[in-house]
Amino acid sequence: MALIGEKGVQRILLVTAFSAMSALLLIALFIVNEGVPFMFRYGIQGFLLSSDWDPSSGTFGIFPMIMASLWVTVGALLVGAPLGIAGAVFLSEFAPRPVMRVVKPAIELLAAIPSVVYGFIGVMVLAPLIREVFGGPGLSVLAASIILGIMILPTVISISIDSILAVPQSYREGSLALGATVWQTVHMVTVRAAKSGIIASVILGLGRAIGETMAVIMVAGNAVKIPDSPLDSVRTLTANIALEMSYATGMHREALFATGVVLFVVIIILNTVASVAMRKRAAKK
Amino acid sequence: MRIPPRFSQRLAIAFLGGATLVTLVILVAIIVFILEKGLLVLGWEFLFSSPKDMGRAGGIFPTLIGTVLLPLLAIIIATPLGVSTSVYLTEYTRESKTTRVIRFGTDCLAGIPSIIFGLFGFIFFVTTLGMGWSIMSGGLTLAFMILPTIIRTTEEAIRAVPKSYREVSFSLGATRWQTTKRVVLPNALPGILTGVMLGIGRSIGETAAVIFTAGSSLRIPESVFDSTRTMAVHFYILAREGISTENAYGTAAVLIIAVLAVNLLAYWLMNRFIARRS
Amino acid sequence: MDAKFDIQNLSVYFRGIHALKSISMAVPSRRILGVIGPAGSGKTTLLRALNRTNELEETTRIEGNVRMDGHDIYDPSFDVVALRRKVGIVFALPVPLPMSIYDNVTYGPTLAGSPNKQRLDMLVEKSLRDAFLWDEVKDRLTMSGLRLSGGQQQRLCLARVLAMEPDVILLDEPCSGLDPISTARIEEALTLLKKDYTIILVTNNTKQAARVADDTAFFLMGEMVELGTTDQIFTSPVQQKTNDYITGRFG
Repeated sequence: MALIGEKGVQRILLVTAFSAMSALLLIALFIVNEGVPFMFRYGIQGFLLSSDWDPSSGTFGIFPMIMASLWVTVGALLVGAPLGIAGAVFLSEFAPRPVMRVVKPAIELLAAIPSVVYGFIGVMVLAPLIREVFGGPGLSVLAASIILGIMILPTVISISIDSILAVPQSYREGSLALGATVWQTVHMVTVRAAKSGIIASVILGLGRAIGETMAVIMVAGNAVKIPDSPLDSVRTLTANIALEMSYATGMHREALFATGVVLFVVIIILNTVASVAMRKRAAKK
Repeated sequence: MRIPPRFSQRLAIAFLGGATLVTLVILVAIIVFILEKGLLVLGWEFLFSSPKDMGRAGGIFPTLIGTVLLPLLAIIIATPLGVSTSVYLTEYTRESKTTRVIRFGTDCLAGIPSIIFGLFGFIFFVTTLGMGWSIMSGGLTLAFMILPTIIRTTEEAIRAVPKSYREVSFSLGATRWQTTKRVVLPNALPGILTGVMLGIGRSIGETAAVIFTAGSSLRIPESVFDSTRTMAVHFYILAREGISTENAYGTAAVLIIAVLAVNLLAYWLMNRFIARRS
Repeated sequence: MDAKFDIQNLSVYFRGIHALKSISMAVPSRRILGVIGPAGSGKTTLLRALNRTNELEETTRIEGNVRMDGHDIYDPSFDVVALRRKVGIVFALPVPLPMSIYDNVTYGPTLAGSPNKQRLDMLVEKSLRDAFLWDEVKDRLTMSGLRLSGGQQQRLCLARVLAMEPDVILLDEPCSGLDPISTARIEEALTLLKKDYTIILVTNNTKQAARVADDTAFFLMGEMVELGTTDQIFTSPVQQKTNDYITGRFG
């Protein structure tokens, strides 16, 4: 390093520091370059709002996939957010500290289980169960929502716990000193003070649910149609890309990249919102 | 009617505790379910023999090779980039517009779905750079994917090194780089390794980004420009195409054991790191 | 009496706080200068201005000039790293680096280049002897410096500075956390070291200054109230404030 010198080291570090940003830009550039020209050629309205997806006849409307992603994601939130937030509140405010110190990493560990494994469980256990109890094909919006809801639990719980623990102890003491019960303090003071962090955790969970691919392919059934019941089989945006990418060529492939562009934009918006919420939390501290 | 506060508190604790229990039971049940069925198939024979008839029979040996090589390549590329990014952010600059831009880029990259990485890897490494479906394309794509994880954990580890160590080093006439190299990085090492382990864990389990970049060849690769099939991809194909449920369980069990082992190692390193700090 | 440092109108600001107010003084060579004064009087800031460790803090502004052996150390062309090698500092709290005793002592010398093992061994022994630590650690040089007692750690920090063979040793309340026996050891070391080094000892223990310093400066609220030989300051101070401080009316 003596050869390069202090200034040289600093310059090298500055360049590498932009590696993540460059990677992001490179990804955006290539996805956009492949997908956006097609969107304009085909017509943005026809691409986003038409319900016909038939690559063999050259019609590419992704509206059913957009609706499917929406249904599945909202479903995942309905399952994952209440469960996750309740778990986070319990672990941080009511459970003994040693219990939390064991349970939190254990839950975070579950974020590492590959998504294909969750999908497999959905196929082997959940779908037959749904078929038996509610009828329908089993592989459905409902199955995908439950599996995704479980998959986002570690994200929601972990970040919510962090933001609840970041609430100054003096807030709690102040409330308890005024004669509030622990539960009144928790829901009227602590959770309210940790609100932006909890919201951020849900938004990041949302991002994970929208972006999830393999688990959804396995459990959602993949039929191209606008769902009108949670028991319907659907195909999400991500599933659409992954299912057809291996054999798509020409216009078809460009249409799949255009689907990727839609996904990319949604994710960037969600991340920006989440990071603003997190920064609000940091600023309050 | 007003519910008395004591009663509503008991109700709330019961509900919250119940929700926590449900969460834990589900998560534990998943692991137990897979291991219970998978361990029946698992054995040396299964691990070290090649698959026959598309995986209907035989073992998973070639996929073990892919599962080792891809994360390895990803780590070799992402670790130097990630560590030097964090060194720059913590040691060489103060909070500014530049650092905010770098952090925003890192956060966004962390949130990009793996299928987008797959699309990008396919169009950039496989097609544009002409690397084809190969270990190289897959490893590079994974490197992009795990870069944010390494940056974040390294940054935390470096920030945990006491300021007084740096002060002493500077006062003894060390330059910034000497201080970084001789005091900061050695003390942040366990934390950095934690990030590396987490990156490996994520790479092992990844499917969407790998299937479009490394392909799914079951042959034993001879160079980094050969296609390979990782365990996660193999498992996906077995399960999705209904080739063999039995072997799918076996593969899933190996996959889960590998991922949990790597992550537990990461936590162990992290805890040792924290224990030594205090 | 030739001056090691010649300080002219030195002012230091931290985050808008005026920590040192236009100090002018000369620091004589090969003597011990004691700097006394209550907390927040600017003693530490003065010390850190002499090897430019103040600027490790984020928002520091410095005015005036400091000459060492006639060279302006705040001149942009002046080599800070070389300055810090010549002007060593021992901080208030002992901070051994998390490495072996041997590596702690050789940290400074190996930064400049890599002297051979034999020379390093000699340097380690000499530095540890001069810091009165050799007999206690000579059999366990590979042990981590963190496992020494507080008093031993501080002497290790002194040895670490001596190993750089500096011209000047700055000590920032080096005994504030130590027991009387360890304190005595360090004071003994300092009185022997002054024949080779210029030593500046910041202390809020006036008795320590009276015991070891040749000259004493009294600081109060960022200003230097009085500077003279230790005898003169402690027996016939010119300023009323100095008298009040050393007789214990405040501080």
